[in-house]
Amino acid sequence: MTAFWVATIGTSVIAFALKYSGHSVPERWLSHPKIQRINLLIPIALLSALVAVQTFSEKSQLMIDQRIVGLYVAIVALVYKAPFPVVVISSAVSSAVVYRLLK
Amino acid sequence: MSKVASTTLRDSLSVSLTVGAYGVAFGAAAVANGFTVLQSCLLSLLTFSGASQFAVVGVLGAGGSAISGIATASLLGVRNALYGVIMAPRLKVKGLTRVVAAQITIDESTAVALGQENQGDEAMRKGFWYTGIGVFIFWNLFTLAGALGAQAMGDIRAFGLDSAVPAAFLGLVWPRLTGNFERSLAVGCALFAILMTPILPAGLPIIATAFIAIVIGLKR
Repeated sequence: MTAFWVATIGTSVIAFALKYSGHSVPERWLSHPKIQRINLLIPIALLSALVAVQTFSEKSQLMIDQRIVGLYVAIVALVYKAPFPVVVISSAVSSAVVYRLLK
Repeated sequence: MSKVASTTLRDSLSVSLTVGAYGVAFGAAAVANGFTVLQSCLLSLLTFSGASQFAVVGVLGAGGSAISGIATASLLGVRNALYGVIMAPRLKVKGLTRVVAAQITIDESTAVALGQENQGDEAMRKGFWYTGIGVFIFWNLFTLAGALGAQAMGDIRAFGLDSAVPAAFLGLVWPRLTGNFERSLAVGCALFAILMTPILPAGLPIIATAFIAIVIGLKR
């Protein structure tokens, strides 16, 4: 089985287990203020790290390429409160243009 | 249909359509990062949690191991457990219905349900079910479309898909950056992950930032 299959199935099994456990455990277990706070911070940490790694690296090597333009355009779009699809598409289009120009 | 029920239905439908449409971005990102069309669709059907799905394809696409991908996705999925805790006392479901309710317990279904709070438990339940099922249907249809589209593209960089993935992550984290503390954490974690990328095996720099978040959360 390839890593991609392991990841697909493993992620799905744990995702469901987490969802189901929320519906099954007593409320007080997960309502502790520290758990609530950590739950707000983890997505910020992971998603920011993912933005950085996906923009500035390829296979464990740091690099700067057309993706930095895409990131910049995405930031501008978000600053101007563009909806999510506009953010993603404007980022993709600008990056694609730079890639084709440099190729 | 009563006035209350029709507002709930309208809220649910508009959220389902707009959020479901992001499924195109996910399907394309998954294929761009080396997943097959079948695997991309299974992730949307079975994992059914946008941030976790983007995370696992992002980590494997960056060369990370399956374990790193699963761990990152699962840490992002923890919040769904907390949503379940909020929804369970309102839904009061058992057996197979609880299995279905659990599967559609995500950001959007919980958010729409909570948005109907001042209209009573019945409106909350409707908001949860309509939105959860609506997003599920559209998210999966659009994932298939995105995956097939990306498969037909060939060199994904020529279409900017390599930038669409980080842009999607940025779009997901942006609304959470509500104050200076959150913004500092985001920038700090981004820098940490970049600095660790040449040193640690792929995937670990990302997971490590979750532990930064846990330590800070415990201390504050």
